[in-house]
Amino acid sequence: MSAALAAPATELLRAIGPIDCDLHPAPPRMAQLLPYLDAHWREAMVTRGIDGLDLSSYPPGAPISARPDWRDAEGKPAAGLDSLRAQALDPWGTRIGILSCLHGSIAMYSEDMGAALARAVNEWLAREWLDHEPRLRASVTVCMRDPVQAAAEIERCAADPRFVQVLLLVNGDQPLGRRSLWPIYEAAQRHGLPVGVHAGSVYHHPVTSMGWPSYYVEDYVANAPAFQNQLLSLITEGVFQKFPELRVVLLESGFTWLPPFLWRVNKTWRGLRTEVPWIDRAPGEIIREQVRFTLQPADAPPGALEPVIEQMGSERMLLFSTDYPHWQFDEEGPLPAGLPEHLVPRIALDNARETYPRLRDIQV
Amino acid sequence: MSDVLLEPRSAQQSRLGVIDCDIHPMLRSAKALHPYLSQRWRDHFDSYGPRTPAPFLRGHAYPKATPALSRRDTWPPAGGPPGSDLAFMRQQHLDPLNVEIGILQVLFPSVKDQRDLRLGVAMSTAVNDWQVAEWTEPEPRLRAAVSIACDDAEASATEIRRCAARRDFASVFLTPRTSEPLGRKRYWPIYQAAAETGLPIGIHTGGTNGHPMTAGGAPSFYMEDHHGNAIAMQSALASLIFEGVMESFPDLKFIMIEGGFGWAPSCTWRLDKHWARMRDEVAHVKRPPSEYIRRQVWFATQPVEEPERPRDLRTICEWIGWDRIVFATDYPHWDMDDPRHAFKVSMTEEQQRMIFNSNARAAYGL
Repeated sequence: MSAALAAPATELLRAIGPIDCDLHPAPPRMAQLLPYLDAHWREAMVTRGIDGLDLSSYPPGAPISARPDWRDAEGKPAAGLDSLRAQALDPWGTRIGILSCLHGSIAMYSEDMGAALARAVNEWLAREWLDHEPRLRASVTVCMRDPVQAAAEIERCAADPRFVQVLLLVNGDQPLGRRSLWPIYEAAQRHGLPVGVHAGSVYHHPVTSMGWPSYYVEDYVANAPAFQNQLLSLITEGVFQKFPELRVVLLESGFTWLPPFLWRVNKTWRGLRTEVPWIDRAPGEIIREQVRFTLQPADAPPGALEPVIEQMGSERMLLFSTDYPHWQFDEEGPLPAGLPEHLVPRIALDNARETYPRLRDIQV
Repeated sequence: MSDVLLEPRSAQQSRLGVIDCDIHPMLRSAKALHPYLSQRWRDHFDSYGPRTPAPFLRGHAYPKATPALSRRDTWPPAGGPPGSDLAFMRQQHLDPLNVEIGILQVLFPSVKDQRDLRLGVAMSTAVNDWQVAEWTEPEPRLRAAVSIACDDAEASATEIRRCAARRDFASVFLTPRTSEPLGRKRYWPIYQAAAETGLPIGIHTGGTNGHPMTAGGAPSFYMEDHHGNAIAMQSALASLIFEGVMESFPDLKFIMIEGGFGWAPSCTWRLDKHWARMRDEVAHVKRPPSEYIRRQVWFATQPVEEPERPRDLRTICEWIGWDRIVFATDYPHWDMDDPRHAFKVSMTEEQQRMIFNSNARAAYGL
């Protein structure tokens, strides 16, 4: 057993210069997007008074949505460019940070409005974030209900090398492995873009298999079973066989549920593999090769973290993340207590470089 | 102690009486319920039949791996579907596996999933009377779970009180696929009646409620449905805690059945962590979720975890607590666990005694 981190490991992190795979800019209001919409949609938004597309998955006032000292004077999650630099990039010596904008365009029922808004969000990210801060990269925002237009938007954004992955929510209109979503995976693989699947829901289905729970905390913890179901879908539908170069990064998913999930999916597959004959090896092997997990939240007491990582059976699966401005940690910093120290360089830097083809050539 | 157990548990195991928390009895035919229904409901049953929010009248939305979901050698020689013949169940299961007590869990006909709640209530009484007349009275090793039409919580409470008066019943049957999350207030009369009568709640996977299995829509394959049922346990547990059921009914016990148990530690850690962050939203939940789980929840083993490194099974048991794990076979279903082969890891004699017997005695108050 190697030394486990007991105290904040800020110096260690700063010496490495990590890649932060899960950063959230404050999603734009409609007024901020108008310059990036065409005349038709601009008029539609204004005449219909369309705004307020904050996702229900992250109510701005909820504790998880922003750490108290990362809120502005009005109590809103800060996450403008200046605060993001000061609060998320500078403190840990972050070398590269990947922005995932949790904007309502991903959840629109109207496919065309969703596509127009997603495109506007991507333009806004490029012009108002990436152009101003060389440490930043971004995820391509798409509307999940329309995989064909989503693939076209991936195609468009892929021309800009600062877009390094595609962003989906864990709960969309249909399970993530379904064939109708494959145009997204095809475009992502072709351009070397991992598909980042983030916690949260488009709220087109109840967030549990028993319907809608009463409390926000239930919605939030239900992200873990949701990730398990969607990982199962990606495996059973054969996405990883069809797209062998595709990498899937689970963002804000938690990872301590992974070992028992691996055991269960391997066992179920042994019993039921004739139903899904295209799965040509144990699902656990596929997951270790093609699926990655961000570090925050690390849902385990310090003493359990090292055994869980050993049970995961790979040192290449965890990617450093702060989940800024979401409130996952306090003064102890983004490296959870109990994390084996020898893994920090892999988690902070190497694993992300291996996962994101567009980050392979960054200077280290 | 060696990690891997390649040989079945032999002489010692067979001497140890097993408490099996999950045995599935079946009706010989749909009409086998007739004697327990009034004429009005017999007629209704024959004309309209059971109606659930699922696409097919008889077949499963996710067709199972085997006929009748069962092991191929469990079809009784005298006829009828697997699980329908008590004599054969004795001969094939209870006797050779040395089952001291077996808890019956009736999955079909599905009482809980009836869209017509009046029919559901009539079926619940009929199923419970059938369990007594044809199973628990002739075979004292068997105990029943009270079948309820849970969406009519008042009628369910009445049925629980009626059944609890008899020694034949050991628990109340619920599933993690209710039409609303299990902890919601509409179900509290059920918990009230169970708490008053001292019956634990057995939450057995399965059922259909019209909601997709996943929060991202309906999956395609039985492999997803099978595993997804176990995943559903996590939100069921969260609901019971965050709605305050465990806080308000501190003596009520819950047994999570057929979801395995590997998921329990990480689920508990997650509930604790995010409860700590957002506890002001659920101010009625006074303690960390792990304390309620430790106090009130037991986990049935089947389908038993098979970690890549067998010793991890022991780690999981230690994290949960050896005293909170109860054994279940799921006889006669295809994925059942045989107590002689299920655990691929060595255990002390005391740990075996707990998992195969004494923990269930504590959980069910046997």
